[in-house]
Amino acid sequence: MSTLVKNIMRFILLILVQFYVLDKIHLHQMITPYIYFLFILWMPFKMNRSLQMLLAFLLGFTLDSFRHSPGFHAAACVLIAYVRPFLINILIPQEGADSNYEEPSARSMGGFFPYLIYAGLLSLLHHSWLFFLEAMEFGNFWYFIVKTFLSTIISLLLIFAAELLFSRKQKFRTNTV
Amino acid sequence: MRNVFLFLRRYATFLFFLLLQVFSIWLIVNYNKYHNAIGSAYMNEITGMVNKRYNKIDNFLQLKEKNDSLQKENERLRNQQAENFERPDTTNKIVADSIPYDTLGHFRKWLYQRAKVVSNSVTTQNNYIVLNRGTAQQLNKDEGVIDPNNGVVGIVTEVSANYAVVMSLLHKDSKISAILKNDPTGGGSIVWDGKEPNYLSFINVRQSAKAKPGDTVITSGITPTFPHGMFVGIIDQITPDKSTNNYIIKLRSGANFYNLQYAYAIKNFQKDEIDKLLEKAKTKISN
Repeated sequence: MSTLVKNIMRFILLILVQFYVLDKIHLHQMITPYIYFLFILWMPFKMNRSLQMLLAFLLGFTLDSFRHSPGFHAAACVLIAYVRPFLINILIPQEGADSNYEEPSARSMGGFFPYLIYAGLLSLLHHSWLFFLEAMEFGNFWYFIVKTFLSTIISLLLIFAAELLFSRKQKFRTNTV
Repeated sequence: MRNVFLFLRRYATFLFFLLLQVFSIWLIVNYNKYHNAIGSAYMNEITGMVNKRYNKIDNFLQLKEKNDSLQKENERLRNQQAENFERPDTTNKIVADSIPYDTLGHFRKWLYQRAKVVSNSVTTQNNYIVLNRGTAQQLNKDEGVIDPNNGVVGIVTEVSANYAVVMSLLHKDSKISAILKNDPTGGGSIVWDGKEPNYLSFINVRQSAKAKPGDTVITSGITPTFPHGMFVGIIDQITPDKSTNNYIIKLRSGANFYNLQYAYAIKNFQKDEIDKLLEKAKTKISN
């Protein structure tokens, strides 16, 4: 499957799962399970940064359209898409690993731990920015902090569950091509 | 000027990021304004379309619960109907005292009790239906059973704590009293010849009764089992019985016995009293 088709399918599936499955689950008022931004986490390494942000904006905007809350998710998605390349640069251990593999995973990032930090930081950033924007309208500080951390933990669980369920077999590509 | 372009080129990504962020926040702030914008109409159209599909599936998955809740509601509504209350002559206090009350103080005669069909057959000569309601749920022997469309189904013959066995109309020994809806003087009995499910025989109808194919046959209400007017069937074919002066009428049954799922048992609160009275009359005669 080509990268384009794969990503289009991911986009649609994640939005549908987010809105029609996760949003229907009421775990707790403090916890909002999010997984749709996995699309941004799994975007290929080699992609124009502006395009990454544009796609992230589209993703957030689509979910916003479903939820009738324009702007919130779009803003959070654009933020993590912007930060993502910096994080990858810091976390990838050896030179050129990002050209050996196509997209971020535990394997391409040289171990489970860097990938955990990558996913964890981005989820935390996404949630905090999202809940911060929401909290400007209502809510208080502690509510915001607790909600961010709890939701991040749940999101990480969901991300790793998805990682286990849909194993992405990534070929090692030599950089001589 | 050159520096400006250099700056723009260098920070293009960051500026684009800022642009998108600002746009998002603008969307948040101007939610109401946005809502009226043309763009949102398109988005609403698309999300609405997906929502509709989802809703269809969601509705389908919840059909079972909806059926149950509808059945409950139907039971409640049926029990509110005025014809289920029979007020005796109030000038005669002696009679009024002996008739059961419901909690509202009305003189309830009929009580509908919903039940789910757990087992059903149509293929044998003697068909029985099992309901998931028994003595523990106040269902007793000899109650009439109808389907959700008022079509007569049968009569309860055996009850255990949680289940009841109903002798279906499709049973060789089943016999209930019925009349023609258009001509109430034309009464007779409903039996089943054991040949075709969903087709019943209406026997002992006088040939003077005005009957034609397509007419409706309803319960007479003269037995304590069914109220007046429960739908029995529609006349399919009329043949005069040569040996007697009666018709033999073939009916298409009102209830569809093939796909019974829900049923209502009808309790008659005055049945005991009527039975006792009859018993008393009989013993008096024999003495």
